[in-house]
Amino acid sequence: MAEKVLMKGNEAVAEAAIRAGCRLYFAYPITPQSELIEYMAKILPKVEGIFVQAESEVAAINMVYGASGTGRRVMTSSSSPGISLKMEGISYLAGANLPAVIINVQRGGPGLGDIQPAQGDYFQATKGGGHGDYRLIVLAPSTVQEFADMADLAFDLGDKYRNPVMILSDGLLGQMMEPVEFKPYKTEDELKQLDEQHFDWCMYPNEDEPNHHHHEINSLEIDPLVLEQHVIKLGKKYDLIEKNEKRFEEYNISDENDVVVVAFGTAARIAKSAIDELQDAGKSVGMIRPITVWPYPYEAIKNVLHDRVKKVVVCELNLGQMVEDVKLAVNGKIPVEFLGKVGGILFTPDEIKTKILDK
Amino acid sequence: MKTEIISSGFGGQGALTVGKFLAKAGMGEGLNVSWLPSYGPEMRGGTANVSTVISDKPIASPLVTYPDILIALNQPSIDKFGPNIRKNGLLIVNTDMCPHGIKRDDITIIEAPMNQIAKEIGSMMVLNMVAIGIVIGKTGIVKYETIEKDLTGFLRKKNPELLEANLKAIRKGIEIGKNN
Repeated sequence: MAEKVLMKGNEAVAEAAIRAGCRLYFAYPITPQSELIEYMAKILPKVEGIFVQAESEVAAINMVYGASGTGRRVMTSSSSPGISLKMEGISYLAGANLPAVIINVQRGGPGLGDIQPAQGDYFQATKGGGHGDYRLIVLAPSTVQEFADMADLAFDLGDKYRNPVMILSDGLLGQMMEPVEFKPYKTEDELKQLDEQHFDWCMYPNEDEPNHHHHEINSLEIDPLVLEQHVIKLGKKYDLIEKNEKRFEEYNISDENDVVVVAFGTAARIAKSAIDELQDAGKSVGMIRPITVWPYPYEAIKNVLHDRVKKVVVCELNLGQMVEDVKLAVNGKIPVEFLGKVGGILFTPDEIKTKILDK
Repeated sequence: MKTEIISSGFGGQGALTVGKFLAKAGMGEGLNVSWLPSYGPEMRGGTANVSTVISDKPIASPLVTYPDILIALNQPSIDKFGPNIRKNGLLIVNTDMCPHGIKRDDITIIEAPMNQIAKEIGSMMVLNMVAIGIVIGKTGIVKYETIEKDLTGFLRKKNPELLEANLKAIRKGIEIGKNN
């Protein structure tokens, strides 16, 4: 077993990305994710990687777009306002069927907002943000360990579906230190295999492959009949992702549950404390924590709503952006209530307990 | 068992480092730990603070609202977090920077002139280590040997004198913690 190290989430996910084979990283600094870019600046040159601090977020995502066309593992990261700037590029990546990992260490918004943890980018991440018919695979970590593990998962999912993947974290997970255990570095052979899986479409100059210069990376298709077929094909890919990749955690779920909480990321962590305290006091509350917020685990919520469950409580660090997804899952069977905090303020376990016990 | 700690002081007093060494030692002893700093704008002369949780069970919320232990390196830290210390909790006060203290008789209060102790040892940088020592001496949540090993690992070559001053400060703190 590898030794555990105490690390900030921002640093841990950077280290995990390098171990997963990321050698190309382009970004522009912003609080509260700056340790991530600092870590990449320090380590990538030592492993023959390429680090560029771009002149802006827009430049960074377009560097990602170009680099992804070579079939290599490429990543960028930012925090909320910077992610907004990247949205055009993200849509281009999706349109051109390109894999890339984008990390959002969310802070309070809208606008420049503040630099404290928030979850106000849920809509942007899961419902669009950029233009056109596209989907991002969106992973929401709730511990530093999970944040790090998701780097590996995000690259694998990106490669599997040739689709951009977002890790939707927040300032708390970025700034907090927890013990982390890393997977070993990918070997030269493994890195070569990662490259080779893209040779049928990428711009990588592969002499063994006869048509290697003729691959085209493009998100422009001026002929509507061709674009129609392209988008239909994208839609089929998204259907497949929805079928295969829903992930969630069940916490304290049992036949005894009177209330079920739905929360993701940092909010879910705080909710766990409330659930533990209520359990000690003899009140059974379960929780579904979506790990993929797109594709969304609707069935997971539906499946735990037995007759005893009187209501569902959604806890988020925003004005209730996930509530509509939970309502789709609950489908009017029982009341769905909401507890939220905004502006970078966190709720306490006590506030969640009060909301759960509220009649 | 779960222990929730807030360590707080002026920027530069080493309040965040107190939490970091306790968390690292906890991790070294196989416990679950989390370290959540305040970040962002803080008033000059205010309270740079960190929530540290050390527990034998997985840690849910890393945010400490009601600390079992408050390490207050300055008066604003007592004013801000003192009223929230859990009943029967522990308050460790740097008397050199806390002229008013706090009036509570439902908690244990250990006072020490940490600036003065650090000065006597020979480096103002080690005043926070006195606080770590008091935590260890009073509660035993982590072992002195674990922190000694950790400190020795990265200071022995870089700055052996500072290492000795740090260890001396911790041992002095342990003594105070045990006698209170």
